[in-house]
Amino acid sequence: MNTELLGVIFTYLLTLAIAIVLGKHIARVFKGEKNWLDFMSPVERFIFRFSGIDTKREMNWKQHLYALLTINSIWLIYAFVCLISQAHLPLNPDGNPNQTPDLAFNTAISFLTNTNMQDYSGESLATYFTQHFVFMFLHFASAATGIAALLVVFRALKDKVTDKLGNFWDYFVKSITRILLPISFVIAVILAFNGMPTSYKGKDTVIGMQGDTVHVSRGPVAAMVAIKHLGTNGGGWFGANSAHPLENPNYLTNTTELVAQLIIPIALVFALGFYLNKKKFSYVIYGVMTVGTLLFLLPTIAAEVQGNPAIAKLGVSQTTGAMEGKEVRFGPLNTAYWCIMTTVTSTGSTNSMHDSAMPISGAMMMMGMMVNAFYGGCGVGFLNFYIFIIIAVFISGLMVGRTPEFFGRKIEAREMKIASLIALLHPFIILVGTALSSYVLVHFPNANWSVKPSAWLNNPGYHGFSEMLYQYSSAAANNGSGFAGLTANNLFWNISTGIVMILGRFLPIIGPVAIAGILANKKFVPESAGTLKSDTSTFGIMIYAVIIIIAALAFFPALALGPIAEHFSLK
Amino acid sequence: MKTYILPALKLTVILIVILAGVYPLIIAGIGKFTPGHGDGETVQYKGRTVGYALIGQKFTKDEYFWSRPSAVDYKADASGGSNKGPTNPDYLHKDVQGRIDTFLKHNPTVKKEQIPAELVTASGSGLDPDLSPAGAKIQVARVAKARGLSEQQVSTLVDAHIEKPLLGVFGPEKVNVLKLNIALDELKK
Repeated sequence: MNTELLGVIFTYLLTLAIAIVLGKHIARVFKGEKNWLDFMSPVERFIFRFSGIDTKREMNWKQHLYALLTINSIWLIYAFVCLISQAHLPLNPDGNPNQTPDLAFNTAISFLTNTNMQDYSGESLATYFTQHFVFMFLHFASAATGIAALLVVFRALKDKVTDKLGNFWDYFVKSITRILLPISFVIAVILAFNGMPTSYKGKDTVIGMQGDTVHVSRGPVAAMVAIKHLGTNGGGWFGANSAHPLENPNYLTNTTELVAQLIIPIALVFALGFYLNKKKFSYVIYGVMTVGTLLFLLPTIAAEVQGNPAIAKLGVSQTTGAMEGKEVRFGPLNTAYWCIMTTVTSTGSTNSMHDSAMPISGAMMMMGMMVNAFYGGCGVGFLNFYIFIIIAVFISGLMVGRTPEFFGRKIEAREMKIASLIALLHPFIILVGTALSSYVLVHFPNANWSVKPSAWLNNPGYHGFSEMLYQYSSAAANNGSGFAGLTANNLFWNISTGIVMILGRFLPIIGPVAIAGILANKKFVPESAGTLKSDTSTFGIMIYAVIIIIAALAFFPALALGPIAEHFSLK
Repeated sequence: MKTYILPALKLTVILIVILAGVYPLIIAGIGKFTPGHGDGETVQYKGRTVGYALIGQKFTKDEYFWSRPSAVDYKADASGGSNKGPTNPDYLHKDVQGRIDTFLKHNPTVKKEQIPAELVTASGSGLDPDLSPAGAKIQVARVAKARGLSEQQVSTLVDAHIEKPLLGVFGPEKVNVLKLNIALDELKK
């Protein structure tokens, strides 16, 4: 077996092993049991005392959402103000300028929502201050927000809970002190010892072997790259993200970053099983997510390893696969694996340029984001999946003619309305965004804007359409990767994707938390012979079918106009 | 609303101090003990710094092994790829075809179907420091001729610079172009 394939299999197995252990740990932390990070409790007590928070005060689902939305609003304002004044703030050794208001609007939302779409380039439009005090802080905060929201749902699924669903601040802070910070620390040390810079020195100038003068951007990269992956954020230090040699020096760091971006989404699925004592239920969910991911992964690997038929026609050898936009040290097979893992989770960091990937790979990556529930983002991945579970339960109930129940609670009109709205919101904002940008491009190509619409796209034809579809899919899924040929740093794209990101983040958090809260308040119906068993493979297939029907029906026409058409034009 | 705003504000302040202040400073402290002391590892030749070990640089002269094409001309403060799609006609018939023609002109002994695609396609970062073993070997004849060395000598040097996969089993093999070219210059004397 070749070493590239072995590398990918090893990476996944390592991920799974760590995720199971981590899942157990997460369940222990939030059940209040002893765990190996109990030495952090003085730090937590200090944080709570400083902030005047009483973690004993339990909240209902509405109070949880008030807390979540309040603190997120504060971060949004803070991030925006920092970005439009970064030139005058400390830690700016390269003398980079302020962000324009529309760019700062997009960037602040982007990091707040765990998206990390980057319309700027880190080397020229961010400072060490904003990289750390805005971006890296939000890497932690947005990931912990997602985990905390998920814990509200976990708690609501527990037997005989009524109104009291724990304390939001407690969930939020412990997600940082017991999960994100300690693991990030370990990852950052591994990365630093593999050559990733950690110091605060600015650009260096060297004269190369052929006499060319080169300016080399640097900075305290390692700390940020660790949480960038662990928190499924994806917003990197350099413009080229994890393709940049200083942001991903070798195969070991690449493996580390791959493992880091998957462990929490998978661990949270297992944590649910340990937390509720329903391990079989988590195996079913894990199974559905894994099969779904594999079906995206295999065609992508095949397409990338085989190479570009259009380049084959030019007569060169493609034994190393399609190499445009890729790095030699990772190879095409590993790069294909990264492409899918970064899009099924909401990470969106890239170790290659997705814009140059094969059309089939592009379609698979977009579908990963369109489904947005196979593994998914930190916490929010399972929240999205929860919506599909509710719909699957409801449809199954209709099929057998009983009132649908889930974990001992009846699912009725109100919950179904919320679930349907959230499930439809995702295709709605993606397709409306793409339709709007296509309309502007076709009807006002020469509008007198800073960037004319006719200059938006880097590629003609079907691929150009894919660039726009990808951008909105990425924004709505809070993924953040891009077909980076799109000229996105201008008023139209900064504002429109900003709005899509904020809708695609907070409504899919509010919806599931509301449903779980409402359900927890209902009368508990003990299991009977007629109860739909949620921990069987039949139910797993049912969820999978619901996901495919919703995603395929909604997105197939758009995919047909973009990557699918491009694929057939290659022949 | 006061029940939420005040704790949220204070919590934000203390977390910013811990997460954006203390945490990266500790990592920076640990970074002092890494090979490049946290500044990025540099490479010295004849007593001067000629580059960063991890960052690819432009090599276009016949007597050096060429690096991969770069969409950003190896500007290490403006990394990026070409973002050209696989069916883009301009890309295929100007960029790639142009690189094939250039390569064949400088390597007259090489047949077109022997050129590995990585030598005519731009890397993701524009700073790819490596070549695959095939990408280096195909340039041996040109380099040997330009330097008046035997092909055998240059080929042995390439073999010595092939870095094995991680632990010998995971990932592709590669050759660091900067290190290989420095070794070439040292060979001359």
